[in-house]
Amino acid sequence: MKRKQRDRSQFRRAICTIGILIHAGTAFGQNTVSPSQAKFFEEKIEPILMDSCYECHSRESGQNKGGLVLDSRVGLRQGGNTGPGIVPHQLEESWLWLAVSRTEPDYEMPPKVSLPDEVIEDFRTWIEMGAPDPRTGEADVTTEIDVEAGKEFWSFRTPRRQEPPPVTDSAWSTTSIDRFVHAKREEEGLEPVAPASADAILRRLCYDLIGLPPTIEFAERFREAWQENSRNAIESTVDRLLASKQFGERWGRHWLDVARYAESNGKGANQTYTNAWRYRDYVIDSMNEDKPIDRFILEQLAGDLLPAPSEKQWQEQAIATGFLALGPKNLRERNSRQFTMDMVDEQIDATSTAFLGLTVSCARCHDHKTDPIPTQDYYALAGIFLSSQTHYGTDGIGGRYNQGDLIELPLPDEMEKTYSDEEIAGMELELAAVRGQLRDHAAAKRKMMQAEPGSSENQQRSSAKKIRARESQLVETLESLAGSGEVKAYAMGMSDKKEVADTTILVRGEVDSPAQVVARGFLQVLDHSAVPIANDASGRLEMARWIASNRNPLTARVYVNRVWEKLMGQGLVASVDNFGTTGRPPTHPELLDHLAIQFMESGWSLKNLVRSIVVTRTYLAGSEFHSGNYAQDPDNKFLWRAAPRRLDAESFRDSILATTQQLRFDRPFRSPVAEHSMVELGRKGSPNVHFQFPPYRSVYLPPVRDAMPELIELFDGADPELVTGSREESNGADQSLFLLNSPFVVEQSRHFAERLEAHSSRIDEQVRHAFLCAFGRAPTGIEYDSAIRFHRDFTGSDRGADREFLTLLCQGLFCSAEFRFLP
Amino acid sequence: MEPLYSRRQALQSTVTGISWLAFAALATREARAAKGLAPKPPHFAPRAKRVIMLTMPGGPSHVDTFDYKPQLQKDDGKPGKYGQFRGAKLMGSPFEFRQHGESGLWISELFPNVASMADDLCLLRSMHTDVPDHTRAQLQMHTGKSQFQRPSLGVWSLYGLGSESENLPGYVWLDPGKGNNQILGNSFLPPENRGTGIGVAKGDASAGGGAGGPGGMKRKGRRENLQTPTSGVKNIANAEGLDRERQRMQLDFIQSLNREKLSREIHQPGVEGVIESFELAFRMQDAVPDVVDLGRESEETKRLYGIGESATDEFGRKCLMARRFAEAGVRFIELGHSPGWDTHGDLRNKLAENCGATDKPIAGLLQDLKRRDMLQDTLVIWSGEFGRTPHGQGGDGRDHNAKGYSSWMAGGGVKGGFSYGATDEYGYEAVENKMHIHDWHATILHLLGLDHEKLTYRYAGRDFRLTDVYGHVAQDILA
Repeated sequence: MKRKQRDRSQFRRAICTIGILIHAGTAFGQNTVSPSQAKFFEEKIEPILMDSCYECHSRESGQNKGGLVLDSRVGLRQGGNTGPGIVPHQLEESWLWLAVSRTEPDYEMPPKVSLPDEVIEDFRTWIEMGAPDPRTGEADVTTEIDVEAGKEFWSFRTPRRQEPPPVTDSAWSTTSIDRFVHAKREEEGLEPVAPASADAILRRLCYDLIGLPPTIEFAERFREAWQENSRNAIESTVDRLLASKQFGERWGRHWLDVARYAESNGKGANQTYTNAWRYRDYVIDSMNEDKPIDRFILEQLAGDLLPAPSEKQWQEQAIATGFLALGPKNLRERNSRQFTMDMVDEQIDATSTAFLGLTVSCARCHDHKTDPIPTQDYYALAGIFLSSQTHYGTDGIGGRYNQGDLIELPLPDEMEKTYSDEEIAGMELELAAVRGQLRDHAAAKRKMMQAEPGSSENQQRSSAKKIRARESQLVETLESLAGSGEVKAYAMGMSDKKEVADTTILVRGEVDSPAQVVARGFLQVLDHSAVPIANDASGRLEMARWIASNRNPLTARVYVNRVWEKLMGQGLVASVDNFGTTGRPPTHPELLDHLAIQFMESGWSLKNLVRSIVVTRTYLAGSEFHSGNYAQDPDNKFLWRAAPRRLDAESFRDSILATTQQLRFDRPFRSPVAEHSMVELGRKGSPNVHFQFPPYRSVYLPPVRDAMPELIELFDGADPELVTGSREESNGADQSLFLLNSPFVVEQSRHFAERLEAHSSRIDEQVRHAFLCAFGRAPTGIEYDSAIRFHRDFTGSDRGADREFLTLLCQGLFCSAEFRFLP
Repeated sequence: MEPLYSRRQALQSTVTGISWLAFAALATREARAAKGLAPKPPHFAPRAKRVIMLTMPGGPSHVDTFDYKPQLQKDDGKPGKYGQFRGAKLMGSPFEFRQHGESGLWISELFPNVASMADDLCLLRSMHTDVPDHTRAQLQMHTGKSQFQRPSLGVWSLYGLGSESENLPGYVWLDPGKGNNQILGNSFLPPENRGTGIGVAKGDASAGGGAGGPGGMKRKGRRENLQTPTSGVKNIANAEGLDRERQRMQLDFIQSLNREKLSREIHQPGVEGVIESFELAFRMQDAVPDVVDLGRESEETKRLYGIGESATDEFGRKCLMARRFAEAGVRFIELGHSPGWDTHGDLRNKLAENCGATDKPIAGLLQDLKRRDMLQDTLVIWSGEFGRTPHGQGGDGRDHNAKGYSSWMAGGGVKGGFSYGATDEYGYEAVENKMHIHDWHATILHLLGLDHEKLTYRYAGRDFRLTDVYGHVAQDILA
């Protein structure tokens, strides 16, 4: 099994590994300093540090140049951006020594005058004696949280198996789910509404399961089957939809919301993640395979560490860990330790929110204010992530800082081009030529500067820039080739560090205020006795096993609740990402536990779960209004009707493209983001990755942080800054302006009009067909009359529907509420 | 009583057989009156007719700007005394404070231009809120609640007072940024009260949903120079140059479908929202380009706002647009400067940078409103979602602090040159005349002529209000 990490430094700049992490371990825990050693430090070392170093490197002065503070034992040992300040007994490893002895060019310290020789000798003696440092760090952080008492909260207790209650109305007792729902509704005194119509059910199923409207033919067949036996019609349709590959695109998108999936880091220096799309495809494929969700979770957290019988499978599992790597990052953070701790924080936040419905990252600076999560627990998890390496593959702002590498995958992409020997030789020749040109340029420039100092020839500079761009393009292509001319493939993801260690609590979350060391571990409020962390393991695999476990009271509940929310409009726990004490209590606690237990017992199968919900009477109910019920339960918490649905951004765009028959059902290779090498977005000359995206399904639109596709952003797509279990629903004038005026809607309306023209040349037939294509049904009398009146007003006669009218008619249907709001 | 049915009926009333022009007139005046967006009488005589809210997300440090703490300067470096932060070292402000104006208000050197307007400012130095978390505190700052989606101050103002403008939204947020839809949203209030985000940044309008590109269709009555006055407001002009008359016909068709759907489904807030938002969008097409076109302003005015200077240009444009929206009759205008106020580190530079970008534009706005005689009935509010700790964080930063911070108001019926309330000697906690978000909301509504206890809406069997069961009007600050 190959496990190489790509080192971009080969062709870019020096990689800056984050050395401190390896050393930020147990060494800080014990502190045995003899009185004579203490005396030596206090007389010979500390005064020098105070006088010559603290000005730029202390908490006192507020300066931490190079990420370095020296006024604490831990700060000194951790060192700064370049590496550890002190490694006891090892002069050449200790940056403090390299600096004061002035052996490392560019790191001579203090900057202007050298310390006297005898002082430098004192430092040598001190480091060789083990750098005894009597200073105490921050006092131990203690907790005021009573974790044992916290275990009593409902979501931290194991789901309880309960018999569905008996109900008086036997027609409603078809499934256990219905019995739970009906009992609660009776308790509340609410009347269930009548079942939905065949047409409404088919549309609802298609959108919920595959995110697309049924075709006209599919709907016809469904109606026929419904006439024969409605139950069979529903069940066979559900099976068909679950088996189609569009299912994974629909449900994969739901998970990508939770995974805050995006193809750039956002924040400071927004660089593209050119390999993120592999994770996207992995998610979609996993949904289609009906990969058990516990397995799906394991792979995303620790796929790289799981056994794999083949390279192909290892590759898939490694790609899965992209979940942890593709979060937002502030690449402009100059303090590398701060950067690392922020990245770890984001990983803890995403992991705990996505899988456990808990906001553990609140405990970074202090005990969690509302949940029984002491700050110790946060740093127990932080130790796990600090013992892992995150491969996020951005170039570190021209290689200066926060550079991330990638995982080299064992297998090349099947759809990627293979270069022949001739092509490779050609590129090598061109590279030599290009480099020659660059040399000539440089010489010419020197000459010109000598002749005319201060002058700079713009034209010359821009042509030099072009040549340099070509050079790096060639270098990058050549570097990316395996011996056989195949392009090597890389992925974002995780690996374990060679040296793993526990980490210290940081007081108030400040990177230069470490307190006591805490052992790597999990949340105390949830049982984890089954997965002890071995000394030489990061603990990531154990963490994954602890989360993806039948014994974890949260994981299955949180997941089934997410699925319920997508199918029923709101979660049984309305705050789908928060199962803590500030979240909402479940409306149907027994049903939630029932679903969670069933889910685990059925092998964590998403498709089984979806199937069990969509065949219930609760799901198949109509959405009609009922004033009595509404007065009592306007939010439909007790499910007296099916929630009226509106299409989310992706379904909306896909529906337009399906209606105009422009939609491409195949999967694009990669992403527009991957068509360019890694770039920083939002700068002059950055490519527009959204420009003319072909009409693939919307799950493939590149979600770039801070520059989301317009339609996705306008129609409440998920913001990839955060885990998004539940989307907002807005209804603003900006959406209406997009529908009335945008080039996208206008162009698609034209395609729709062409479809109508191909269908018939008679206006009445065109109008009827337009409604059938857009709404899946014939127009009502009023709708038909409105269209004909529009035609009459527009053309001034009843004859001759010209293209312009048809286009506006089609656009009108896209704009209508009926297109976006399902009955 | 829920005004549901009368409204719904108004929306459903099909205007069969009359021309689009007649309908357009209906859609604006009479239909508006029926729908409840027309101006409504306040509960009592208002001090302010409109609000310009300057939102500073991230939590600006009060102890470095508007809350002068001499004791903090003296005890710089000593351990603080505050709850879980006990032991963290106090950090005196690196910025100098001085007294300004006849009133002698203490304001730091970070806001020299705003300070020159000291005698118009009413500093609120005893603000406090419930959670030191950005998202939730911003939600609370706007809606009173940090946990649920509820209508915001702007939405409630609109619900209480209606809109003065027929062609513009009553609540406009310039460049609202991500994640603020829940604040703009109407929640359980009728949909016509929702706020509208207007992007004013120089965005790339071509970054569409894909499969875009211009079509080849020719249309009659194509207008020239469609793109000139749009100032980055996306999709304000039709991609094919469709003229207004034809677009109105198309919209009549759309709305007749929508109204029929609404009559079929009886109660569908989403569909009602669509009907409202199309009417508003249609009218905005003519009104917005004029308002956001700063070309009509004099050079002197632009300079006043710092337009043309690289540091202040962006926020200066927004402030000037805010004044133009105010003139055009918009009730509630919100604009922010973000990010950057969240100064956990690099406070000296970042705070100076953010104040530098906003100081002159804000002062320009106040001066401009004043000389146009608009400040007297325009309430200008400046606030973040919380403040920052008096102790340092990482040497050159401060952490979130919800227990005490500062905001200010100007114009619209508040005392000028006035300071209300106080935090403790370091600025940790509001201690005197404490002003919770609920009190702040109650006071703002009061200035608009609304009694926060009477401004209610019945939903799910109970009367909801912006201030829940809390809120006291700070009588002392009323002019």
